[in-house]
Amino acid sequence: MADDPIIRLRGIRNQFGAQVIHDNLDLDVMRGEVLGVVGGSGTGKSVLLRCIAGLRPPQAGAIEIFGRDALNCTETQRRAIDQRMGVMFQDGALFSSLTVRENVEVPMRTLPGLDGRLCRELADLKIAMSGLPYIAGDKYPSELSGGMRKRAGLARALALDPEIVFLDEPTAGLDPIGASAFDELINTLSQTLGLTVFLVTHDLDTLHATCDRIAVLAEKQVLYTGTMAEMLHIEHPWVHEYFHGPRARAAVEATERTA
Amino acid sequence: MTTSTDPDFDPRTGHALEEARLARADEGWTLEGMLTLRSLSALLPDLEHIDGGKVQIDVSRLEKLDTAGAYALLRLHERLAREGGGLQIEGLSRDHKALYDRVTQSLPEPPETVPERRSLTDMLEALGRGVASAGVFLAELHAMLGVFLARLVRLVRHPSEFRMTALVHHCDQVGWRAVPIVSLMGFLIGVVLAFQGAVQLRQFGAEIFVVDLIAISILRELGILLTAIIVAGRTASSYTAAIGSMKMREEIDAMRTLAIDPATVLFVPRILALLITLPILGMIANFMGLFGGAMMAWIELGISPGMFLTRLLDDTSLNHVIVGFVKAPVFAIIIGVIGCHAGMQVGGNAESLGRQTSSAVVRAIFAVIVADALFSIFFSMMGI
Repeated sequence: MADDPIIRLRGIRNQFGAQVIHDNLDLDVMRGEVLGVVGGSGTGKSVLLRCIAGLRPPQAGAIEIFGRDALNCTETQRRAIDQRMGVMFQDGALFSSLTVRENVEVPMRTLPGLDGRLCRELADLKIAMSGLPYIAGDKYPSELSGGMRKRAGLARALALDPEIVFLDEPTAGLDPIGASAFDELINTLSQTLGLTVFLVTHDLDTLHATCDRIAVLAEKQVLYTGTMAEMLHIEHPWVHEYFHGPRARAAVEATERTA
Repeated sequence: MTTSTDPDFDPRTGHALEEARLARADEGWTLEGMLTLRSLSALLPDLEHIDGGKVQIDVSRLEKLDTAGAYALLRLHERLAREGGGLQIEGLSRDHKALYDRVTQSLPEPPETVPERRSLTDMLEALGRGVASAGVFLAELHAMLGVFLARLVRLVRHPSEFRMTALVHHCDQVGWRAVPIVSLMGFLIGVVLAFQGAVQLRQFGAEIFVVDLIAISILRELGILLTAIIVAGRTASSYTAAIGSMKMREEIDAMRTLAIDPATVLFVPRILALLITLPILGMIANFMGLFGGAMMAWIELGISPGMFLTRLLDDTSLNHVIVGFVKAPVFAIIIGVIGCHAGMQVGGNAESLGRQTSSAVVRAIFAVIVADALFSIFFSMMGI
């Protein structure tokens, strides 16, 4: 893992009216790592994700992505950045009037010169890489289960072979088998495609199974970053409770058993 | 931080400038540059030209490879293999090899598809299904009407279950807020009728009959029919959208599990509100139509409002007013039942909500016009 940050946040401030969500928040995401972002409800994990993905400009601060200023840039420059990133929303956010295959083709259609047949074949490939059966490509999002919608959302996020993928609660609402299969998928994809993954999650098993580094959001900032092992030694009461609670212990034991 | 021009990107489109180059080498070919989704379309024609059995391709100077690039190499390999040769890829770096293997593993195998052919029986079957589903639709509408009437009877026996607040709310939405548009429409219809009538009747010196023309056509037909059409457009769609979005988010299922009857809570106040307000709206439209007609008759034909009123009261039978108002409750029930029924047909996605909303409006307007035609036939046979 190279030591150059692919995303660099400095002094980020987000607020809704008088309510300050983030204040003077700094965060570096390194190239090729899987970064898990954790925090209690309402600490602004999803807000941070939307902020980096360009859906919600922060009130103050600087965002640098691929070494380029992502806030003070022209629209075409921003689009160039966006094309190198993919976002998987919590419930997939698939276009409901399109089939899964057409959903995956949508981002490819924005590139000039790709013919329809190639698009379709590549979409089928992405769908297969996301672990969906071939026939899922012909289905509409409403005909899929929650887990399959998430996989289809991932396939669309990966359509342009992005360098960074944002995953918003990828395993929320999945059964344990489906969730661990999804963890596995994130691992293999991040390894083979050299992806940088920005992962917002509540799922301790996912944190154990996939993340190289964990960032804890609390008190309006990124309070700590570090590996799972380092997290276990932090004295902060909330962090301690989070990583030493009954659920956390079960997750640690599970990881140790499989290791 | 650079905000100026960026060498990696096309400044006009923002697309990455990536390029792959294919060249002949001593043994086979060399491929260098970036073999990615963005460079692929330019390279594909070159790759098509490679043939001739066993081919060696050297990719040791390839800087970047993505899944699309790996897929293209794989396809080339498959094509050459089919032609009795194969592709030997030399100098694949470790990362690229992992990616290539991953793509090879997950390559989907499309099942054999049999091209569909539409035969005569298929077309007959489609026709039959269409007719049957129209029948089912009519039956469902009657079931909806039955549910409404049954709940209404039940509410008469148990008045405490009745939701007065909901009824008042819907009366406000459906009735009070429709008053401006209905008044304007009525006024303009009166104006148009008077104007058109005046032009024709003046030829016979029968200007005074314009009063009868306006009175009969508005009171008997147009006032209530056009009000019903406007209300169908406004209200059937809003009923479908409101009930449909509740259906979509499983709120109606939640009601059932909480032992709340959706028909009592949702359908009865809505249809009842229409039953109450549509006749009132029709009355407003009638009044405004006569008013507009009187204004136009005064301006265009010099028939004073006093004379208009006298002629109206003397010559227009009350039958016309009754005939008009008898239709109002029927139209109200048609619009309400179709709107609520379409709302309950909404499935799990937003698209079906939109489809049902627009089809509710079309069906409601169509049904209102059909009912009006039936009424006309009935009244003329009865000689009213």
